[in-house]
Amino acid sequence: MNEDIAISVKNVSKDFVLPHEKVSSVKGIFTSFGKRDKSAEVQHALKDINFEIKKGEFFGIVGRNGSGKSTLLKILAGIYQPTKGMVKTQGKLVPFIELGVGFNAELTGKENVYLNGAMLGFSEKQVKAMYKDIVEFAELERFMDQKLKNYSSGMQVRLAFSLATRAEADILLVDEVLAVGDADFQRKCFAYFRQLKKNKKTVIFVTHDMSAVREYCDRAVMIESSEVFHSGSADDIATEYIKLFNKIEKNNHQERTEDQSRWGDGIITLESVASDVDDNEVKITCVAKASGNSEDPVFGYLIRDGAGNDLFGSNTKLMKRTIGTVSNGDKITVEWTIPNVFNDGTFYITLAVSHNDGVTQHDWWDDALNFTVFREDKTPFALNPKTKLKIIRKD
Amino acid sequence: MAKFSALTQRYGYSVILLKQLVKTDFKLRYQGSTLGYLWSLLRPLLIFCILYLVFTVFLPVGKGVPHYPVYLLLGIVLWNYFGEVTSGGVGAIVGKGDLLRKINFPKYVIILSGSFSALINLALNFIIIAIFMIIGKVAISWMALLIIPLIIELFILSLAMAFLLSALFVKFRDVSYIWEVIMQGAFYATPILYPLSKIPVWAAKLLILNPMAQIIQDARYVLVTPTTITISKLYPGKVWVWFIPIGLTAILAVIAASYFRRQSKYFAEEV
Repeated sequence: MNEDIAISVKNVSKDFVLPHEKVSSVKGIFTSFGKRDKSAEVQHALKDINFEIKKGEFFGIVGRNGSGKSTLLKILAGIYQPTKGMVKTQGKLVPFIELGVGFNAELTGKENVYLNGAMLGFSEKQVKAMYKDIVEFAELERFMDQKLKNYSSGMQVRLAFSLATRAEADILLVDEVLAVGDADFQRKCFAYFRQLKKNKKTVIFVTHDMSAVREYCDRAVMIESSEVFHSGSADDIATEYIKLFNKIEKNNHQERTEDQSRWGDGIITLESVASDVDDNEVKITCVAKASGNSEDPVFGYLIRDGAGNDLFGSNTKLMKRTIGTVSNGDKITVEWTIPNVFNDGTFYITLAVSHNDGVTQHDWWDDALNFTVFREDKTPFALNPKTKLKIIRKD
Repeated sequence: MAKFSALTQRYGYSVILLKQLVKTDFKLRYQGSTLGYLWSLLRPLLIFCILYLVFTVFLPVGKGVPHYPVYLLLGIVLWNYFGEVTSGGVGAIVGKGDLLRKINFPKYVIILSGSFSALINLALNFIIIAIFMIIGKVAISWMALLIIPLIIELFILSLAMAFLLSALFVKFRDVSYIWEVIMQGAFYATPILYPLSKIPVWAAKLLILNPMAQIIQDARYVLVTPTTITISKLYPGKVWVWFIPIGLTAILAVIAASYFRRQSKYFAEEV
């Protein structure tokens, strides 16, 4: 293997055999004897993956949930064995699939430092030498003799992270550990990342966060349906990833289903609803069918954010439009086009048809649709209208 | 020297882990109990009291055996070690499943650490045995040193069984129940409570081939009383038979090690 390659992944495939009824008892061996092939299903988690990571590179692995990226990470970490192909590693590799591996709630903070330290490959003597720094960095001086079960989750993460930053590895595998913790903790994480980058460590970073990919990664691969979908510079991958998502989200169509988040007298029902999102607009379409008579019904929508806060909404009455008399068998299509002012995230659309009195609901459908928006210029607010920025300097 | 550093590099991680796991196990073992570590000594002592009462007062099978209390205690302690390592070993890998899925480390360390913490326990129990030997005025000769190779044999036998059981348990969860029954049966098939002189010679000749029986009888022979019936007494002159239990242990060790080694790669996926 070339000297400046840290990890080379060659033709790696991974199959999981999923028995429909797992034979995990001795009785099972006998009863399922001649019908073994029938009960097993092979799932191809990874298919023919190839890439190389150079020493000192900050390498991103991106992909949707279920794409196979976590399996790939576990193969790189040596936790899973590839079914075909091989992974070659040069240098000491430390995985952070989870922080605080081996932490035991019944032990004190101090004892856990030694235990987790051992997991990372540090002898007792080495841990002792850096113990003070670890505790200081975690800001837990007063709590080290308490049992871990009495720690808050934030304290546990701080202690685990403080230990993790000590790991002396040539190659670091980082799963989305940054997704946990508060803003202050995330800042610490990113500072650590910058330090790793400065020290020319080889880092493999698995994430959903495209802004982090752009900021830290030199190169990346995107895994989609068990294969390397794209490989290239961090910028290319981030763009591809967002494109892929928008394609999937583009036509979100819901058929009428019976569930509890829906009620009404059914004189007019929403037959089908759909949303279509692009960079500039969000289009909401609903098709309703009448099975009775209603005088001038009102169609409305309401958009909520992921936390359930009402953002905005309107209806045909407020928009000063009348539908007119609706009678049995009539079909009405209502379409709203809204400027895409949303920030990065998922939003939920509630749709309703109600009687003109504004009290009786014909069909109220909570969270009938949802759509996801990807924004690179993310802000911490629900809405993020595209803003033109002009700076004039007179030096 | 270069060879030595290569060796420490290869096994250094295992040694570090092993040390911490044994320590953790020891710390957690009696956590929350008022008497704590004392239970390591109290438990065999109390079990011994019950068995002693039953087998000397109500069912005097030990009659005629010199120093029967120590004879009995030694048997129980050695058997308990085997039971602790193997029964603890069955679920050891599955119990660490959470860890296995997050970090790659040599899996044998898990089994080895269980073995070592039981060994610490065994050492503590030997203190009790020594006290009883002094009280009972048991004559000690240089032959007592032969207990060391016997303990090594016991260590290897128990460890091999634990390796095999733990790897099997990952695939077949019935193993724990099966092993429980086997242990119960083996307890009576091993001359722990009764002296071998009390059963027909043909049965004694068969039972002694079991490595546990051989170890316990030999240990009694070297520590307690030379009247103990050992394999060499049952098969006088047939030296090759003397090595059957050791041979069985060695074969088991090889099979267990290779099976565990082969399976350990897939533990993370299967637990």
